Amino acid sequence: MKKTLILAGALIAALAMPSGAALAAGDYVKPPRHSWSFSGPFGTFDREQLQRGFLVFRQACASCHGLEYVSFRNLAEPGGPEFTPGQVEALAADFRIQDGPDSSGEMFERPGEIADRWPNPFRNKQEAAAANAGKAPPDLSVMAKARTFERGFPWFITDMFTQYTENGVDYINAFLQGYVDPPEDLDILAGNHFNLYYPGQIVAMPNVLFDGAISYTPEGSDRPVAPETVAQYAEDVTAFLMWTAEPHLEQRKRIGFQVMLFLLVFAGLLYFTKKKIWGRLGEDGAPEYRA
Amino acid sequence: MSTHSPTYVPKSAGAKWLESRLPIIGLVHSSFVAYPVPRNLNYMWTFGAILMIMLVLQIVTGIVLAMHYTPHADMAFSSVEHIMRNVEYGWLMRYLHANGASMFFVAVYIHMFRGLYYGSYKAPREVLWILGVIILLLMMATAFMGYVLPWGQMSYWGATVITNLFSVIPVVGDTIVTFLWGGYSVGNPTLNRFFSLHYLLPFMIFGVVLLHVWALHVPGNNNPTGIDVKTKKDTVPFHPYMTVKDTFSATLFILVLCWFVFYMPNYMGHADNYVPADPSITPSHIVPEWYFLPFYAILRAIPNALLGVIAMFAAIAVLAFLPWLDTSRVRSGSYRPIFKLFFWLFVVVNLGLGYLGAMPAEGAYVIWARILTILYFAHFFVFLPLLGLLEKPKALPNSISESVLKKSGSGMPQGAAAKPQDA
Ligand code: HEC
Ligand code: HEM
Repeated sequence: MKKTLILAGALIAALAMPSGAALAAGDYVKPPRHSWSFSGPFGTFDREQLQRGFLVFRQACASCHGLEYVSFRNLAEPGGPEFTPGQVEALAADFRIQDGPDSSGEMFERPGEIADRWPNPFRNKQEAAAANAGKAPPDLSVMAKARTFERGFPWFITDMFTQYTENGVDYINAFLQGYVDPPEDLDILAGNHFNLYYPGQIVAMPNVLFDGAISYTPEGSDRPVAPETVAQYAEDVTAFLMWTAEPHLEQRKRIGFQVMLFLLVFAGLLYFTKKKIWGRLGEDGAPEYRA
Repeated sequence: MSTHSPTYVPKSAGAKWLESRLPIIGLVHSSFVAYPVPRNLNYMWTFGAILMIMLVLQIVTGIVLAMHYTPHADMAFSSVEHIMRNVEYGWLMRYLHANGASMFFVAVYIHMFRGLYYGSYKAPREVLWILGVIILLLMMATAFMGYVLPWGQMSYWGATVITNLFSVIPVVGDTIVTFLWGGYSVGNPTLNRFFSLHYLLPFMIFGVVLLHVWALHVPGNNNPTGIDVKTKKDTVPFHPYMTVKDTFSATLFILVLCWFVFYMPNYMGHADNYVPADPSITPSHIVPEWYFLPFYAILRAIPNALLGVIAMFAAIAVLAFLPWLDTSRVRSGSYRPIFKLFFWLFVVVNLGLGYLGAMPAEGAYVIWARILTILYFAHFFVFLPLLGLLEKPKALPNSISESVLKKSGSGMPQGAAAKPQDA
């Protein structure tokens, strides 16, 4: 039995193929590994970090990128940045949302409500592309799950046991800090930029993060709650994007632990039940037949 | 079979009434309670029950998903996101369904390699085996169409690549592809029909599974020795012996499933499928789900497109002819020292093809894919037919109970010589 179980395990291990194998061709540097509060079986988001990440998103990204699947109300829900309902209502009211048609058939604008989705910065893809060297900035709602990088053999196998699933966030975090001077012999068209980690290394998004550009100092205080550095901004906004991509991550891991624990105990009980039942067998077979 | 199982006798008045009109309790009793199984089955024999559970899990989670999913090219992606975010436990249903599909294939491949090793496809179980191959084909079609439903980049381009395979068929190829698409490219009509078929096929699988179980219960289970059940002493009743063992094994299997569902739910998928389908952007690597990779590698190993497609389908179809390609009359690989080596070689060939299927089709990868493709087919057309004729099998035990008792150390005389098995 032990042998068969080991074999089965090995087969499962070997059959599960690299999900990262699909990454684009072209030069790029593999992103360094970062440590995240939400990684591993007991990972949770750091509320403060998500709130700072939202601030970065709003100030540095929202002018180009949408968050199509995020509603204002989500920002107050458990497992996320957990702003207070009052804060979120005030935030939503800052936006003008087009609605309608009203009873006379006219479209109208009204202040945002918490049930509204995060508004797109552009009216459509064409406008978005026209404003950005021909490349529309992608929606960021599920971005943290929509990017990865190749892990290669044997890491794609060991990842299964170490639960490394932060490919997407490691990439985004590196990408946001990956704007360096291009090699001298490289010709870059206007509106394009050099980024170490972007597949192909020429990207239409400019560098948007600069040391000190976003204030982490709360009102009425004279000290920032976290370093106002590019590295910190990148980490915070990336963690925020992990939450937008996987808003139920905390619930998932919490329930997961309960389920695993239950199944382990249940399996243990079944094992002894099985041993007991099979122990009844003698040389002359099952007692059920002896009657 | 020589064993006679106790038959069901209805006790209550209601059961008597029903049983004399539709003997369904008796049928269930004889199939899943009294049904005698060899007492020496190892854990490889629990995967059938695991597969049953997985099929039910897929159907239940699938029906719940279908209540919230919208099969339209403009809305499919966002309806899946709606499931993930706004539907209570929608993320759980979707992750169970997506990872369940992968684990379903893990189970079916283990189940099949078990059959390959112990010769379970040999007489009198040919029909049982062929029904299994049909189930595999239906599962592949179901999973392929299911993967198209979230309408991400890999959905769209996977569907384009795979349906395009049919265009290599001479004369009618293009017509067939247009028919599959319901238009001149993969689009909304394609998504609609795939959804309809994805809902239908699992129930067809269910039907074939019933036939599969029926075909199993006529000759009964094979077992690790491969020799036939001779007396009652060789067997145990299905309940409670197998029910408790299957439940134990299935619990461990579900534990593994949960590891993925709760902790790494996107590991077995592709990041690209979280990018909405875009017909104007081709992903640089179009890779199918892992369970198709060995066949995908065979497809790409062959330079000619038509021959590649033929080889890919042949790689699955050849399984149906296995009972007649394997000439050995000894069933179990345990008594076939040389076959054993070739069996493990075949396992390695499949894993290798799986790896190559995920790699780009260039350079050394292609050379290796060709070598392994040749080895894959050689296993069926050269090694198995010849081994049966050339190999000298080890001595078989006289009976199943003897082999069990010998293993547990009560030393009984060893079977005299390798004699052909009564088929
Ligand atoms: C000036 C507009 C602009 C701003 C501001 C901006 N982006 Fe972008 N972003 C783009 C464009 C354009 C692209 C598409 C680039 C391409 O594919 O060449 C892009 C792409 C991306 C990508 C995908 C990269 C990939 O691998 O395809 C990520 C992630 C991203 N942006 C994150 C951010 C974050 C986080 C911020 C805020 C800190 C931000 N962006 C601010 C314009 C912008
Ligand atoms: C043999 C059993 C089945 C297999 C192997 C299977 C496989 C799959 C796969 C691989 C996906 C894509 C998962 C993803 O990435 O999202 C999928 C999606 C889906 N399946 Fe199934 N499925 C099965 C049965 C069913 C049944 C019975 C139903 C409905 C009655 C169903 C409904 C759906 C729906 C609605 C989706 C789209 C939602 C989603 O993408 O998560 N499936 N299936």
